[in-house]
Amino acid sequence: MALRRAVEPAVEASRGRPVLQVRGVAKRFSNGTLAVTGVDLDLCAGEFVSLLGPSGCGKSTLLRMIAGLGEPSAGRIEWPTTDHDSHGRPMRDVGFVFQEATLMPWATAERNVMLPLILKRVPPRQAAARADAALEAVGLGSFLQAYPRELSGGMKMRVSIARALVTEPKILLMDEPFAALDEITRQKLNDDLLALWARQRFTVLFVTHSVFESVYLSQRIVVMAARPGRVIADVATDAPFPRDASFRTSPEYAASCRVVSAKLLEAIAS
Amino acid sequence: MTAVIQDGTDAAALPAIVEERRWLYLTIPTWQRILAPLVIGLVVLGLWEFVVWQAGVPYYILPGPWQIFRTLITDWGTLSGSLLITLQITGLALLAAVVLGIALSVLFTQSKWLEMSLFPYAVILQVTPIVAIAPLIIIWVNDTLVSLLICAWIVAFFPILSNTILGLNSADHNLINLFQLYGANRWQTLRHLRLPAALPYFLGGLRISGGLALIGAVVAEFVAGSGGTASGLAFRILEAGYQLKIPRMFAALVMVSGAGVVIFLVLSLISHLLLRRWHESAVRREN
Repeated sequence: MALRRAVEPAVEASRGRPVLQVRGVAKRFSNGTLAVTGVDLDLCAGEFVSLLGPSGCGKSTLLRMIAGLGEPSAGRIEWPTTDHDSHGRPMRDVGFVFQEATLMPWATAERNVMLPLILKRVPPRQAAARADAALEAVGLGSFLQAYPRELSGGMKMRVSIARALVTEPKILLMDEPFAALDEITRQKLNDDLLALWARQRFTVLFVTHSVFESVYLSQRIVVMAARPGRVIADVATDAPFPRDASFRTSPEYAASCRVVSAKLLEAIAS
Repeated sequence: MTAVIQDGTDAAALPAIVEERRWLYLTIPTWQRILAPLVIGLVVLGLWEFVVWQAGVPYYILPGPWQIFRTLITDWGTLSGSLLITLQITGLALLAAVVLGIALSVLFTQSKWLEMSLFPYAVILQVTPIVAIAPLIIIWVNDTLVSLLICAWIVAFFPILSNTILGLNSADHNLINLFQLYGANRWQTLRHLRLPAALPYFLGGLRISGGLALIGAVVAEFVAGSGGTASGLAFRILEAGYQLKIPRMFAALVMVSGAGVVIFLVLSLISHLLLRRWHESAVRREN
């Protein structure tokens, strides 16, 4: 268990190059609310990082700014390994999973997953093949032609994850994706997400308000406090991967949860 | 790639698609829905026939259903020609309402300025009684058929416009963000998100407009009161009234109502076929 302040920009060589650098980012909404302030965050290729904090701490706002949905009022969000377009804007390469599955109800699972490729003008035949592979990877290979209303909550979320991964993005941004699911489905999806991550090695930034979920999934947990939203701790969980059900009951897991819970309590108290 | 194992919780949570017993292709509840109003209708018609016969009401005051039915058959030649003309006007007016309604709602949702400046006039067009403007239109437009068409269109146009605008603006906020995230342009957002999201609203408007187009066509013809070879059902009703051919008046009336019902059923069927795979309104669930 190691504690590290997020402000230290030094990055261990073993963690690879940073793909995302957030520097002094603040966001003030038009009504005057300061949603986040002074956020520094580095994300390295292949990392699994959680943003943990009480509601109202601006973690979703931060995630949306990273996705390019809303500009920061101050500070910079940089993509050191990404190409920039003619206007100097980074050509962000992200997948986004919302709290709800956010599927198009009029389209089949396959058509839903094809959407990002269609919007990028990938030929339909090729898009369909890639969508099928992505759905296969999340265990929905036999539900290609199912409509969202025919799927359960967990299955819809799998379609949503397949859609986010179908473009093979550099970073997968997830905004409390499993918060609305029951505990059993949630644990199952946690395991499946880790299995996908181990296979495909994308970078994940995962927003959650569950200590247990963040410790189980991530290599690093960035704890945020509210009013105004800011980073107060950056905790590494050193337990090796792959993690499975036995990790959930291990003393190591319990110890990590205690440390992170203490940080979260600090965040709430401050 | 290896498939992730199916979790029992998810699969078990699949909604049950109801499989019902069928008799002659239709389910029992469907038969009930058809038969119950049919029985009521027959009982009322029987009572009507009985009262007219019992009280000896003369046919020029109130003909019985049987006499109306016989008139419908004997006068079929004239009446069916008129029905065709009324249906033509209704159909063309509805088509124009659909094309212009969709085009204008798309324009309005692309430009707030356009909507702000023009929408109030669409409302004025809607709230002004058609009976009041029909004489003007008939004076201004030389061709009777075209003037009737314009009247029917005015009445049919607004529900499609207002419903489609509502639909185009009610796309899921997160989906709009998703389209932004993937750099979708206006046309892509319209084609893949706003138009499909608007479809149920548009179809709701279409069902209202179908009936209104018929009413508009009939009302306009009443006002025009024109005769000649190319006369619709409304003129036949007027004509029969002047000549005290009351059974014929009723026969024409039956045809107008029948046409309205058929238009509604056809539009409902179209709506059902387009929405049955995905929209809540078309899905039956067992609780």
